[in-house]
Parts: sequence; structure tokens; C-alpha cells
Amino acid sequence: MSEEVKQKEPLFSAKNKKLIFNPMNKENPITVQVLGICSALAVTAKLEPAIVMSISVMAVLALANVIISVMRNTIPPRIRIIVQLVVIAALVILVDQVLKAFAYDVSKQLSVFVGLIITNCILMGRLEAFAMGNKPWPSFLDGIGNAAGYGIILVIIAFFRELLGSGTIFNYPVMEKLGLYSIGYKNNGMMILPPMALITVGIIIWVQRSKNKELIEEK
Amino acid sequence: MFTNRYIFTYAAILVIVVAAILSFAATVLKPYQERNVRTEKIMDILKSVNITADKKNAEELYNKYITEEKAITPEGEVVSIYKTGSKSFEKGDIRPFDINMKVELSKQAAIKSGKGKEKPVFPLYVCNHDNKTFYIIPLRGKGLWGPIWGNISLKDDFKTVYGVTFGHQGETPGLGAEIATEKFQSQFPGKTIFDDSYNFTSVEVVKGGAATLPSDKQIHGVDAISGGTITSKGVSAMLHDCLSNYVPYIKANLKK
Repeated sequence: MSEEVKQKEPLFSAKNKKLIFNPMNKENPITVQVLGICSALAVTAKLEPAIVMSISVMAVLALANVIISVMRNTIPPRIRIIVQLVVIAALVILVDQVLKAFAYDVSKQLSVFVGLIITNCILMGRLEAFAMGNKPWPSFLDGIGNAAGYGIILVIIAFFRELLGSGTIFNYPVMEKLGLYSIGYKNNGMMILPPMALITVGIIIWVQRSKNKELIEEK
Repeated sequence: MFTNRYIFTYAAILVIVVAAILSFAATVLKPYQERNVRTEKIMDILKSVNITADKKNAEELYNKYITEEKAITPEGEVVSIYKTGSKSFEKGDIRPFDINMKVELSKQAAIKSGKGKEKPVFPLYVCNHDNKTFYIIPLRGKGLWGPIWGNISLKDDFKTVYGVTFGHQGETPGLGAEIATEKFQSQFPGKTIFDDSYNFTSVEVVKGGAATLPSDKQIHGVDAISGGTITSKGVSAMLHDCLSNYVPYIKANLKK
């Protein structure tokens, strides 16, 4: 599973750059690995929570990757999943507590999503597949890259859902300003509901695969 | 290979270290968190009478505009009066601001189901702004995913709504979460919670829109959020349940 990275190389070598940029395209956690779908459906009705969620996942994933990578040689394989889970859960609680104390408004935005981070399969997936077998720095980059890949898809979905479902972007009434309501345009209430998020993910996957033939599985 | 002994020791140390870090963080951060919660409560109370406060001047504006805090039983008895100006109790010793609505509402539920005996008390804030008196009543209820809360301010006839604020813990963005928006809340001012002969009606959140009500009832209804039915019902129930606790007090204190 794990891709070993050779030692003693520049901080942003070609290999390390791949760690960041691959997850945004051909190794995207959502559209290619189809992980983290549940939260992609839950937090994308509006752009703002989608962005806040992406940033929090990035913080937690990068930190968890580094911590697990530092501990990787001491972790007994038989309890590694539990160890990973404890690290993620502790980080998430810590992030939540710090936000509540110093960025109360952001913490109110996040509310239940903080809990959702723990259940995000991307986190466990990266810890297990990458951080367990690589040094801290590549693991950190891998965390950032995967969270960014996750975030991009979240933002794209949220953009369309908010625009078509509520007629706003960042709560700014775009459709109203364009005067579309006066010529009989109506918001599509279906876009706000989770099923349309799934269909949007499907469309993104379709577009991505038609552009990148490598991703199409052989029959 | 790792021995069983190593695994057990490893797990034990890991858990103890994590527990220590988390409890340390919780203890250190608690005062900051409590201050945030308190400031937010003040800002919400002030917002329901259309006074915008920020984090810095919240306390100051509160002491300026909120003149009295009262603790009231659902039977209409005033248990405690706290003057914010002189920071002293005129009656009783419970600071109404510190009353936890969640605790009081569960006391009330316990009495209803015959399990508890402790009597609940509810806070009422008296506000003086631009030489007019307003009464602010805090609200708390259930939404779809978690608690919802808010404040409602009444004009000095105890009947006309002056302003409302709502908050929620985790209602669906774009649906139930819309209760916290200006658009939803701006429907409330001018509605009445009593009819002309002071029978309690509350303000109902009506599915399909207040316009579907008979014309004499429209003054007691606002439009629900499409797609947010359960949250809308929760707001209705919250308004009804919380406001009804003040009805005996209001009836006893109406200007004849």
C-alpha cells in the first residue's frame, strides 16, 4: 500500500511535489478513491461551511500524518488502527477546544462538522497507507495534498449547490442581482438536499474521467 | 516483533498521555470559552432589541440598557430581582442572568412527568432603550439535529413582538439553519403573542405561509422555511412552550 520515499532529497523535490498535486487530480480522494463522500454530502449546501470544513480537515490530517509518521516505528502493528484513531480523535477535540476559546465564531460555524472529521475515511486512509511507512515531511505534504484534493471537490460542489439551490454565493444574492427572478427563474430546492450532492459528485467524476483516460478502469 | 507486554504498555501510556493533554487543554481553555459563551449570550439578548454590540462593548451596553433582571416561576411569582445598575438584588438571591434554561426546562419536564419536585424559574430581562421599555424572554427548544435557542423581545404592552434572535447548534445549512438568518427573523416584529382579549396565542411558524391562515390569525403567524419543516415546527413549539411560562406573570402585570 505505502509508497516509500527515498531519503535525503530537497524539500520540494519532484517526488514531494507529486505528493501535493497528485491528490488534487488523478489520486483525488473523493472522485477517484471515493472516500469522504458522507461529509462531502453533508457540508456542501453552502460554500462557507464547505471551506471551513476543508481547512479543518487539512489541519487535522497534516498534523495526524506527522504525528503517526514520527511514532511509526514504535507502533505495534496489531493495535495500529486504535493508535491512529486515538491520535485523530485527540487532535479533533484539541482543535475544537482551541477554536471555542480563541475563534468562537468559527467554532460555531463548524459545530457538528468537527465530529464528522473523526469519521472521515480519508484521514484513516492516509495514516494507514502513507504515514505508517514514510518520514514526517513527506507525510506532512501528503496530508496537505489530500486535504486540498478533498477541499477542491467540496468547494466545487458547494458552489453549484449554493448557486442553483439558494441563488447565492457566500450568501450574496447573485441570482437576484442578475434579475433572473423577475423573468420567472426559480431556485431548485432539490439542490439543497444531499442526493443532488451525490449527483454533482457523479458529474465531476464523469468530467474528470473523460478528460483523463488513465482513470478509466479496464473492463 | 512486539511482545504482548510492549503492546499493553504502549496502549496504556498512549491513552494516559492523550488524556493528560486533553484534560490540561480543557482546564486551561475553560475560562476563555466561558467568557465567549457569556459575551455571546449578552450580544444575543441585546440583538433581540435591535442593539448591535461587539465583543468589546457587550458588557458595557448590557449594563446601560438592561435595567433589571427578574426570575419568574411559571405560576407568575417573582422570585428574584437583580438591578444591573447598582449590581444588587432587590429581592431573592438568584441572578437571573445565570439561570440555565436547559436545566430549568428539564425541571419543568420532570414535574410534568411526575418525577421531579424542584420548581423551575425563568429569567425575564427588562430593557430601557430610547425611553421605551422592552421585555426580553429567552427561548430554548429542539430542532431537527440538536437544540435551538433564541430571545424574543416584547413591547411594553407585553403583546407585540419587537424583535427576535434564533440560534442553533447544527441545523442543516440552507434548510433549518435559515432560522438564524435576518430573512426569517425579520418576519417576527409586529406580530402579537396575545389576541385582543389577551388570550395567549403564541406566534406560529406556518407551513405553506402565514397567508394561508384566516385573516384574523395572520397576526400570530409567520412563514415556515421550505425544506426545514421539523426545525420550523421546533421554533413554533419553542415559542409556545417558553412564552406560556410567562403568561401568568404578564397577566398579573398588565397595565389596566
